[in-house]
Amino acid sequence: MTVHTLYEKLWSSHVVREEADGTTLLYIDRHLVNEVTSPQAFEGLRIGGRKPWRIETILATADHNVPTTAARAHGIADPVSRLQVETLDANCDEFGITEYGMRDPLQGIVHVIGPETGATLPGMTVVCGDSHTTTQGAFAALAFGIGTSEVEHVLASQCLVTKKLKSMRVSVEGELPRGVTAKDIVLAVIGRIGTAGGTGYAIEFAGSAIRALSMEGRMTICNMAIEAGARCGLVAVDDTTIRYLEGRPSAPAGGAWDAAVAFWRTLVSDAAARFDAEVAIDATMILPQVTWGTSPEMVTTVDGSVPDPAAERDPVRRDGMRRALAYMGLQPGTPITEIAIDKVFIGSCTNARIEDLRAAAEVVRGRRVADSVRLALVVPGSGAVKRQAEAEGLDRVFRDAGFEWREPGCSMCLGMNDDRLSPGERCASTSNRNFEGRQGAGGRTHLVSPAMAAAAAVAGRFVDVRTLCRSPA
Amino acid sequence: MKAFQALDGLVVPLDRANVDTDAIIPKQFLKSIRRTGFGPNLFDEWRYLDVGEPGQDCSQRPRNADFVLNQPRYQGAQILLARENFGCGSSREHAPWALEDFGLRVIIASSFAEIFHGNCFKNGLLPIVLDGATVDRLFAETEATPGYRLRVDLAGQTVTTPAGELIPFEVDAFRKDCLLRGLDDIGLTMRHVEEIRAYEARRKATEYWLFD
Ligand code: SF4
Repeated sequence: MTVHTLYEKLWSSHVVREEADGTTLLYIDRHLVNEVTSPQAFEGLRIGGRKPWRIETILATADHNVPTTAARAHGIADPVSRLQVETLDANCDEFGITEYGMRDPLQGIVHVIGPETGATLPGMTVVCGDSHTTTQGAFAALAFGIGTSEVEHVLASQCLVTKKLKSMRVSVEGELPRGVTAKDIVLAVIGRIGTAGGTGYAIEFAGSAIRALSMEGRMTICNMAIEAGARCGLVAVDDTTIRYLEGRPSAPAGGAWDAAVAFWRTLVSDAAARFDAEVAIDATMILPQVTWGTSPEMVTTVDGSVPDPAAERDPVRRDGMRRALAYMGLQPGTPITEIAIDKVFIGSCTNARIEDLRAAAEVVRGRRVADSVRLALVVPGSGAVKRQAEAEGLDRVFRDAGFEWREPGCSMCLGMNDDRLSPGERCASTSNRNFEGRQGAGGRTHLVSPAMAAAAAVAGRFVDVRTLCRSPA
Repeated sequence: MKAFQALDGLVVPLDRANVDTDAIIPKQFLKSIRRTGFGPNLFDEWRYLDVGEPGQDCSQRPRNADFVLNQPRYQGAQILLARENFGCGSSREHAPWALEDFGLRVIIASSFAEIFHGNCFKNGLLPIVLDGATVDRLFAETEATPGYRLRVDLAGQTVTTPAGELIPFEVDAFRKDCLLRGLDDIGLTMRHVEEIRAYEARRKATEYWLFD
């Protein structure tokens, strides 16, 4: 019997036609659309006199530009942002596409609402004009980001022209230490393989530590597969996947549910399947992670210190480190726990699901944001996450501690709305990119888990969240 | 789409690894609903000393004289020489739009991030991967030789140095063909409409819950 990886199963079930050189027409089951990367695609569609191929596969939302303050009820003040969001509304109206617009209770970050509505299902191909579409690979869906020309291509034909990737398995075995989360796993993986380590690969995350994670945790890991250079991340279907999906509005129901579950159970890599590359990580050795530079691979553990470029032998890397430290305003050898922060951002498609907010609230409960912290923001990933958190009283926990509790959106993950860092400001952020200027021109980003961001808010500097844990080990 | 066949162009060296799409075109410019006009804001945070906003007249803004694209000797460059993992980060096609709008047609690097690499081909921009040692050498030659130019021939898949050295490069056959002829791949795909329908019928028979 032939054996296959999960990636190969997903790939081969979506091939419409394949040329001799491997160029493949791949069928797309779910197309998520946002306001930033779609206007030119819809325009192209109109110019070409074409129509979307299967309207019912498309789900749109406005996430990047939307204000997260209460002022949002009055619309968007910035005329350029407003036009982009209105353009999405108009395109969805014109073509009859389902859209969770800015005032819709289901609005949120596209990669949060896809899974939580059940629009993303195992066995699907899922695309969006956004690189963090990888998030949804946590459901054993082949999910990846595409450019605007490809958005137009998928709208027009329900297909993409692409080639098969190589496969990599990252096995994370063992039990995570207390206070260590999915975010720390994925930062540790990127620290190990580098931001180009996954280029050309689909990464399947496997091993007992991955199986022990909730769907939220798995999404955090797959979300940052792109930060390791991989086109997509995957996790095999198991009971956790099925339990998460049952009863979601767009998930199948009744007899179709049983048939779907039986099929989904096959979406695992066969035991003897071979991968083109294997990486093994010992979960018991992972500590809370903090990035110190301007690339996610520039990461260390909370008990570590800022590295010294002089110790790096590769000249291009050494230069990159020097430039990063100059930008970040850090000295080599500074202990991570001595780095003071100005702002805290808990949000983004990496870490703004309910479990993330619970983990942060657990640290914050009964404590106060340090006086030296100018702004501490919690931005839920979606309207549904926000309501759930409010039902659990998490909003009160955050507000009582001095956090601002906001409306859902991308917010300070990239600052296309008003939520930004000012030049020189230092931020503990649960997002996924610490590139120069990412959170605002001149802003300095340190990527951490929600619990670590909450701990930093309380202390005014990075601290090992395990020293704040209340429950005994 | 704009076709690309061959080019003899001035080279500008951008000596940094992991140049990300936020650096190529910062987020505030992604608010545009057009495909053109991104060139003045290419590498905005590195090119200018102030913070750029959409809709500004960039000719009046203070420039960072140290940044390579601002140096007189590299004005009019059409070939960007870069380091590994160029274009990492987001899927924003605004990055190739900005590079192309600025006047660049070829990017040579030791590796590219995948989404960016694919996006280039759809916009008449040719990304060329050369091995690290060759890229090192091209950096040294470019920096040492004012007016350093390279000849790029897509059909023949070669880069020619001023000394006449021929450096071959790999390129995906399908992408090459589309770029040479300026073909729009939606048009090509639409020739297979019947196959797409047949595929849908097959899928419907198994995963019917996806087609309700
Ligand atoms: S939250 Fe950040 S990374 Fe995620 S889609 Fe929005 S801008 Fe992109």
